[in-house]
Amino acid sequence: MKPLDPRLLRYAQATRWYLAASVALGLSVAGLIVAQATLLAGGITDVFLHGAGLHALRGTLLALGAVVVGRAVAAWAQELAAHRASAAVKTQLRERLLDHVVRLGPGWLTGQRGGELTTLATRGVDALDGYFSRYLPQLVLASIVPFIVLARLVPADLLATVTIAVTLPLIPIFMALIGLTTEARNRRSFRMLTRLAHHFLDVVAGLPTLKVFGRAKAQAETIRRVSDEHRRATMRTLRLAFLSSLVLELISTISVALVAVAVGLRLVNGRLDLHTALLVLVLAPEAYLPLRLVGTHFHASTEGLAAAEQVFSVLEEEPPPRGARTDVPAGPIVLSDVTVRYPDRAVPALDGVDLTIVPGEVVALAGPSGCGKSTLLSVLLGFVVPDAGRVIVGGVNVADLDPDAWRRHVVWMSQRPYLFAGTVADNIRLGTPDAPPDAVRSAAEAALAADFLDTRVGDGGAGLSAGQRQRVSLARAFLSEAPLVLLDEPTANLDGESEAAVLEAVRRLAAGRTVVLVAHRPALLALADRVVRMDAGRVVEAVTT
Amino acid sequence: MLRLLRLASPLAPRLALAVLFGVLAAGSAIGLTATSAWLISRAAQHPPVLYLTVAIVAVRTFGIARGVFRYVERLAGHDAAFGVLTRLRVLAYQRLERLAPAALPVLRAGDLVGRFVADVDAALDVLVRVVLPYIVAALIGAATAGFLGALLPGAGVVLAAGLLLVAVGVPAIQHTVARRADRRTAPLRGELSAATVDLLRGLPDLVAFGAARRRLAALAETDDRLRRATARSAAGVGLGAGLVALATGACVWAGLALGAGAVRAGTLNGVVLAVVVLTPFAVFDTVSGLPAAAAQLATARAALGRVFSLLDQPDPVSEPAAPAPLPADHRLELIGVSARWPGGPDVLHDVDLALSPGRRVAVVGPSGSGKSTLAAVLVRFLDPSAGKVTLGGVDTRDLAGDDVRTVVGLLTDDARLFDTTIRDNLRIGDRGADDERLRAALADARLLEWVDSLPNGLDTMVGEQGSRLSGGQRRRLALARALLAEFPILILDEPTEHLDEETADALTADLLAVTRGRTTVLITHRLTGLAEVDEIVVVDGGRIVQRGGHDDLVAVDGTYRRMCQRHS
Repeated sequence: MKPLDPRLLRYAQATRWYLAASVALGLSVAGLIVAQATLLAGGITDVFLHGAGLHALRGTLLALGAVVVGRAVAAWAQELAAHRASAAVKTQLRERLLDHVVRLGPGWLTGQRGGELTTLATRGVDALDGYFSRYLPQLVLASIVPFIVLARLVPADLLATVTIAVTLPLIPIFMALIGLTTEARNRRSFRMLTRLAHHFLDVVAGLPTLKVFGRAKAQAETIRRVSDEHRRATMRTLRLAFLSSLVLELISTISVALVAVAVGLRLVNGRLDLHTALLVLVLAPEAYLPLRLVGTHFHASTEGLAAAEQVFSVLEEEPPPRGARTDVPAGPIVLSDVTVRYPDRAVPALDGVDLTIVPGEVVALAGPSGCGKSTLLSVLLGFVVPDAGRVIVGGVNVADLDPDAWRRHVVWMSQRPYLFAGTVADNIRLGTPDAPPDAVRSAAEAALAADFLDTRVGDGGAGLSAGQRQRVSLARAFLSEAPLVLLDEPTANLDGESEAAVLEAVRRLAAGRTVVLVAHRPALLALADRVVRMDAGRVVEAVTT
Repeated sequence: MLRLLRLASPLAPRLALAVLFGVLAAGSAIGLTATSAWLISRAAQHPPVLYLTVAIVAVRTFGIARGVFRYVERLAGHDAAFGVLTRLRVLAYQRLERLAPAALPVLRAGDLVGRFVADVDAALDVLVRVVLPYIVAALIGAATAGFLGALLPGAGVVLAAGLLLVAVGVPAIQHTVARRADRRTAPLRGELSAATVDLLRGLPDLVAFGAARRRLAALAETDDRLRRATARSAAGVGLGAGLVALATGACVWAGLALGAGAVRAGTLNGVVLAVVVLTPFAVFDTVSGLPAAAAQLATARAALGRVFSLLDQPDPVSEPAAPAPLPADHRLELIGVSARWPGGPDVLHDVDLALSPGRRVAVVGPSGSGKSTLAAVLVRFLDPSAGKVTLGGVDTRDLAGDDVRTVVGLLTDDARLFDTTIRDNLRIGDRGADDERLRAALADARLLEWVDSLPNGLDTMVGEQGSRLSGGQRRRLALARALLAEFPILILDEPTEHLDEETADALTADLLAVTRGRTTVLITHRLTGLAEVDEIVVVDGGRIVQRGGHDDLVAVDGTYRRMCQRHS
């Protein structure tokens, strides 16, 4: 994984000014470190060797105070910039992500992906906080401070400078070397940890089942055994993994110790003065510190970069092509040889379907679950682009039409309509937000939803029964004037009484429009002019009633 | 927090080892700075090199020791942490085992289980990242402040004050600032997350009705408000880092100012001035991580609170100290039984039910009528609040719960399939079953043909919660497992819930076929196929309102007939 993914700069512009600000702050921090060391070395020397008192030291103390305040302000400013930057970057990534998902459309967004994306867009990108507030500024400091420190040391003491300059590169070299060998082990250990947590979760969630079979108590021992095995395995990995930090710490502390001893010995022999010696002593650890901290904050970076990586992988998905024509012609809908394959399934969901739908007719699609009925509706809606074959409307390929324009001619009632928090009326108005209240009311009346029109709905439609939700969705259809109506099992989840009412509503909805409906129940099939039976993605029989 | 430490107490030796090496590592770092400062100051007086030998050896030793001690500390700390985690998990599990399922509504929602597990892990984090570093910092901070105080009292006092500011003051300030920022951003976060869920889950409806762009714009507007709110609080949140830098610098500055006065006054030997001035750098290096650690404390404490409040619930079922032996007679009888879930009102009132061997009874009623409570009482997941349940004439309260459940089995719609093979899932029903018996059970559940068609057969992994199986296959696999256990009495609680109608009808038919001749209670709100059972008990509002055969019940006006009419 790269320490700074260039895509982050491309997709989240806020990263750019943050990086610039971090560099500026890094430079000033480096300058302050050098100034502080110089002042301290001078102050101590003056007091110790020249017997300076507080009065003589006033200038040094004032300057040192200013440097101290400066470092505090720089540290604060760095955090401030980090928080602002990461908030901005998260917003930019989230917006791009969701915008792109909408572009990719419902056909791309399957159930599991939806859950993962929700997590990614909300909590997932929060992992970038650590990356921006700790890792990135440290990386900047590590690439600035050592050079400036060395630059200050060159005129003071060449020998110490060379010692530091030679040992310093060992840190990144060893980091890379040890990192390579331990990375695989770490990943294995992490996988095991995930498996362990998963096992514990599986067992806890399955407690009622385990108790039924008298196997619950015995699992305590299994948990203990698995956890212990994991502990031993992980400790074996850690003994090696921690060696890397051991080596890094050894390099930096031993180097500091060696420099201190060497400087001390030259000082005894009079080949060096105290001021220089102290300067070297204070600055030497400062050269190693930022590099060491980069290693410490590495895990903060991986998590954030992994989240960013996930976002980028979505952003790099190619959205389906969009047609440009906005004039949707009237006329029959002709499906010829339409085939749809889902990536995770071996058999095609639709397999060479030929079907013609004449304006004004009511076509019912019947067949066992999984035979491709809902997929056929998705194709008509433009959610799913056929892998082969075409859908022609009034002589024009649907693929050449602008999908939004086409969908203004289609109204759809899904099997599980999704309702949004707000009033029922707001939900009915979904497609036409500026529809006048009476239009909404008459649509609700037609769909038998008028008696709960002002009910407030919770998140995801909470507070309404399945039947009520279906009637809200039906009201959306009534409010729309689209000539093509697609209904996916409009009477599923309904008891006998509501079913009869909804059937009556569907009959009224169908008047003067073309209707394609997916149906199981005989009562619904009776509404159709024509029943098309499907099996395993093929049309097996078309019956005119 | 104390409870966590008490839980960890058997691992005290390992934790103490981690603390010891932590102190040694930090001590070496401070020693390295202090002795090199002394060495250089002393060297400036040009003494014979011999006088410096001890200091030179000490500097080199500290230089090597620091890394080595740190290495041991980290190993010991992680080892202890894993030990605590194992212990915590086992203890939590043993407690949950007693509580499940009646006192654990948390089990009904998968994500809550995930949170519980994450909460347990958070407890571990507290120990390794907060408690241990604080103990090490307290010890080393006190020792260094004492040492500097001995050289120059004022410097010791300033260092102690600076350390307290970093270890206690900064976390307190950060906590207050973060809470204030949170009050501003938390509602926006919630709004944003709800809008995201809406957008993604409702995407088909939104796109179909051309409303996706509008939603997206509203969401972006919320997101922007969140960004601005976060930016406004950034100044306060970043204060901590500045204060740590300020405390470090102030101690160094005070060391020089106070030291200069003391050297002039003759109360401090000039040779140790550098020690007084430079040592704070090393000390603050070891404590600068504390504010970040302390920030985790609040979240971790909330997590711990949730874990303990769950574990502290009273047992839903009383286990007898000396359980009576399990009777050989498997006649199960409910006499005037009322029951309630922990903390709730009675939801089952005065129910009588007799299950003689071989008898099949259906319990029907609208949802919320107390049917599942009845199932919980029958398998002794709940004790009756009034009346009694007897097995072979013995009150089940005198029997061990696990013993009762060797006789009475339960199959629910949410029976868990574990993330392992078909074979291992089946063997939960009977550990010793050979393939022949597994296949027989699969055949009874009408699943054998499918299993045989799989390339890996019985060794096929079922996925998390059986996600690689269809809804119907999951139920049939759970049924095969229950059949394998050969419970003398089997309770089927809504076995076809959440299945589509065709699948549900087929499964019901197979269930009725396979339970013929076995003592069975079929709890359902669907009425398909009930003509086959010996007795139908109609429950409504927690009471038995009707009972008898299908034909008798249809003949009279009542709940059952109304349910039938609605269904057909």
